[in-house]
Amino acid sequence: MIQGIFHYEFLQNAFFTGIMIGLIAPLLGVFIVVRRLSLIADALSHVTLAGIAASLLLGKYFSAFNGLNPIYIGMAFSVSGSLFIEKLRGVYKHYQELAIPIILSSGIGLGVIFISLANGFNTDLFSYLFGSVTAVSRTDLWVILIISIFVVLLVFLLYKELFLLSFDEEHAKASGIAAKSIHFVFILMVALVIAASMRIVGILLVSSLMTLPVAASIRIAKGFKQTIFLSIIFGETSVLGGLFTAYYLNLAPGGTIVMIAVLILVLALAFKKIRHKEPEQVGGE
Amino acid sequence: MTEQAIIEIKNLSYRYEKDMVLENINISVPKGAFLAIVGPNGSGKSTLLKLVLGLLKLQKGDIRLFGEEINHFKNWEEIGYVSQKANSFNTGFPASVFEVVASGLTKKLGLFRFLKKEDKRIVMDALKAVGMDPFSKRNIGELSGGQQQRVFIARALVSEPKLLILDEPTVGVDIQNVNSFYQMLSNLNKNHAITLLLVTHDIGTVSDKATHVACLNKHLHFHGEASEFEQMKNDEMSDFYGHEVQMLLHQHEHGGVYK
Repeated sequence: MIQGIFHYEFLQNAFFTGIMIGLIAPLLGVFIVVRRLSLIADALSHVTLAGIAASLLLGKYFSAFNGLNPIYIGMAFSVSGSLFIEKLRGVYKHYQELAIPIILSSGIGLGVIFISLANGFNTDLFSYLFGSVTAVSRTDLWVILIISIFVVLLVFLLYKELFLLSFDEEHAKASGIAAKSIHFVFILMVALVIAASMRIVGILLVSSLMTLPVAASIRIAKGFKQTIFLSIIFGETSVLGGLFTAYYLNLAPGGTIVMIAVLILVLALAFKKIRHKEPEQVGGE
Repeated sequence: MTEQAIIEIKNLSYRYEKDMVLENINISVPKGAFLAIVGPNGSGKSTLLKLVLGLLKLQKGDIRLFGEEINHFKNWEEIGYVSQKANSFNTGFPASVFEVVASGLTKKLGLFRFLKKEDKRIVMDALKAVGMDPFSKRNIGELSGGQQQRVFIARALVSEPKLLILDEPTVGVDIQNVNSFYQMLSNLNKNHAITLLLVTHDIGTVSDKATHVACLNKHLHFHGEASEFEQMKNDEMSDFYGHEVQMLLHQHEHGGVYK
């Protein structure tokens, strides 16, 4: 595959996109998990599917949309979905998690309608559902690069505000920081990263890349920065390991990436269990 | 005015829909005071704190902080706030004690600014002030309830506040640690010249460590110096709480709480 990267553009696209997704998905994933918003990624990925189906449908009937990369309308849907989730979380203050299934089912419902209106699509849609290495275009690569720079820069600049908001929302508000605006920027980043990630792992698996590496690192890390660092390491290992394994064993890359992330999680859980047993034997707390 | 009050509450009333929670409250907290607000559940203590912290909008009356009307008050970093830990804190959160305390500097540093060496020293000093400096690298979830609450006080101290507000800080803290916890608060008040506002059930501690006491049950039943409060008879307290109250003055193996 390494040789192939120098020869084939599609392999280059997949490889570099993979590196970027392996970085930004777990980076935002850490904040999502600690804020107990893990399922938001699932809801937004289904909304993204509706956007992609809408784009493909428009392309079928209007030639102006034919050449348009479906990722753009997918992103627009994802961002709108994130705004609706926020609105609903405000409406159902005591049942905030309700916002997620409402948006998830709306997204999938709308997507199914668009697909049926187009009397079914070709394999294009299948690649969005489960991810595809060959489907990543140069345009996708550039779009994802811009999103990655934007996300990394914002997380770097707003780190201490994001940390405070995640750790203690009430205290963040009482201390007088612009909690609402920062949360809004955060949700916007999540929507963009989900739309970007689905090219490689697919809509159905995108949330796993934001949560599994974090679930593993949260068990063994000391401190928040180390949690982020380990999550990114696990995310990169899953994506790159998955891409190579899938290439050589001729497997679906999305599924392979997720299964490597699951394997890392199992190892982290086992590591924690072994390490936890040791102090117990010497009478630790 | 000879000395400006840190908090000045005048004719404050508040209602949730039809329910009147606070009625005509007047409280003044002088500089350097340690005011304890006591009252039974549902007496409006938490609502009063939320109003003082600007988390609820004023309906009737005035609140002045450091002489400024609360609606125009901007120096929130001068106020440290320690909430009831259990309500707002996820014990599985993967953050170190140092990171939690450093987050108290967020507002003071401002947007797009990072921790410098000097700030790191301030964080360690705050941890020392509450006796938690040896735990700086531990994850917050690994500590006991009392230790966690000390960390939250250190977080409130890093922005070098002039006023520290604590909402039932000893809930979930074991009895043995409660006394040393209040001793630490008293030390902050006396040696670091921090004005304290404490909401608590713990009447025993109040009369011992606090300088001023306010008894709240929708109305203000008492507001004055702690020594006057101590002279109040048990039967007056029973009237106030609506059931029998026994003062256990400072034998902390019994917790010093009302029955």
